[in-house]
Amino acid sequence: MRVSLFVAGLVAGCAVAQAQDKLVLDGSTTVGPIAKAFAESYMRQNPGVNITVSESGSGNGAKALLNGTCGIANLSRDLKGTERKAMEEKGVKPVAHVVAYDALPVIVHPSNRVKGLTIEQIRNIFTGAIRNWKEVGGEDRAIVVISRDTNSGTFETFKELVLGKEAKIVESAEYTGSNGGIRQRVQMTKGAIGYAGLGFVDRSVKSLEINGVAPSVETVLDKTYPISRELFMFTNGEPAPESLAGTFIGMSRSEKGREIIGEIGFVPVPPKQ
Amino acid sequence: MILSSGEQTRRKLLSLAGRSFLFAVTSAAALAVLAIIFFIARDALPFFRASGVGEFFFSKAWYPAHEPPQFGAAAIFAGSFLVTGAAVVLAVPPGIFAALCMSDILPFKVSQVLKPVIEMLAAIPSVVYGFFALTVVAPFLQDSGRWLPGNIEIVSGVNALTASVILGVMALPTIVSVSEDALQAAGRELREGSYALGATRAETLVNVVIPASMSGICSAVLLGIMRALGETMVVWMASGNAAQIPKPWYNLLQPVRTLTATIAGDMGEADQMTGSAHYHVLFAMGFCLLLFSFVCNLAGEWMVARQRKRLRGG
Repeated sequence: MRVSLFVAGLVAGCAVAQAQDKLVLDGSTTVGPIAKAFAESYMRQNPGVNITVSESGSGNGAKALLNGTCGIANLSRDLKGTERKAMEEKGVKPVAHVVAYDALPVIVHPSNRVKGLTIEQIRNIFTGAIRNWKEVGGEDRAIVVISRDTNSGTFETFKELVLGKEAKIVESAEYTGSNGGIRQRVQMTKGAIGYAGLGFVDRSVKSLEINGVAPSVETVLDKTYPISRELFMFTNGEPAPESLAGTFIGMSRSEKGREIIGEIGFVPVPPKQ
Repeated sequence: MILSSGEQTRRKLLSLAGRSFLFAVTSAAALAVLAIIFFIARDALPFFRASGVGEFFFSKAWYPAHEPPQFGAAAIFAGSFLVTGAAVVLAVPPGIFAALCMSDILPFKVSQVLKPVIEMLAAIPSVVYGFFALTVVAPFLQDSGRWLPGNIEIVSGVNALTASVILGVMALPTIVSVSEDALQAAGRELREGSYALGATRAETLVNVVIPASMSGICSAVLLGIMRALGETMVVWMASGNAAQIPKPWYNLLQPVRTLTATIAGDMGEADQMTGSAHYHVLFAMGFCLLLFSFVCNLAGEWMVARQRKRLRGG
């Protein structure tokens, strides 16, 4: 009995989720921290408002928007063709809002002579076609490839933007469970190459120029840095600017919201003019 | 003493209740083991049914996130055995010597202090060991290559050796403590008998005490093996997690990936809801780990039984 009451409560909670004082977000684990920090800040300023953020992955976020179980779907990628089609059939009109950019600097040991690489060279290093730094203009030293675990969104992004669909990472590549872990392994290992979120890269490691472009907030914003992606929040139809969803997404262009995004380690979108 | 029949029934009932309670508690533990085996096997079977055993046991291509995925776990099995084997080779000789030292050589008061100190090693959380491996052992190892003959360059400090050294240290307290208990259990009579026959202390140790406690020492080693094989956090942090068989296979200075680290590292991605092959392959690995410990346990039991028979003068 108690269980069924609980379930009923849940169902009711979902039904009123779109009401003015409640907002449900679901989707990407990459965008999740932004949404959570926004929600915390928003609820502190507007007591009585209830915002819940779930992190079930981009695919599940899209599903939740399709089924109407969330007001905003967080995605670390654009909607797939199949997802758009399913929404069209159900009468859901997805509207994309870019809330931030995510960039992955490729990092090496500070003593490494190599200044930059092309995407092609990085792909060859990670797939094992290039195994020594001297092949790309460095000293004679074996390359130690370090990757995030295949579990992470960071890995997914890197795979998609650098390696492509077909490429397989060389079998001798090491795997590390966190962004901080990669940085620590790279700063300790002379022959290492790895990648991490922009917010995790500091002076203890060296970021490489990719195709001649160094990773920075500017090069991410003008889209010249190749290993970067947009982070989205999707709504069903354009939300009214003064609605809860509208003001929530609008935070990404406010001073406070941009500060939050920078703190988490992403690149904020330009402020509202 | 003569009891009334009412009193007698009451006592019988009480005794029955007590016995059933104890039986229930004992069977709960046994049932828990059976339940674990059942549920792991249930989730492992779909993988074997769908993909067979050929790729899993004989292919080295571990690309679970690729499209289509490849689940060749040969290199991962090799990694587990390599790291465990090296840890045991590193930990068993010093472990047994330490046990001998404490049971027969050091003064009683000294070993009374030493034993709890060694057992403290078992109380350190494994993530702390992993942290130690990553920040102390790995950089040290990376630098130490130039002092080795031939000026070997150790390209990466996280490798099979780093993991093995730490696993060895973690297995040490088990090995020391269990073998020391076994040596103690050999008893004073046996030692005094040997001295009375004119044997020296060394002869007594080598020819009488060690053979008499061999079964206990063997179970100590087996427990150490199981400790090393099942450890997860340290290998996830310190072995490098590269799904490869080192070249040559005994090259401990290359990174390897173990079964436990793979299960821990991939579980989040292998979604239960979708019931993906990646989810089931991890259970297949868990099932294999379970089988290994089971075989180790059986081997231990068998050795102990054989030893007992021999000591009885069979």
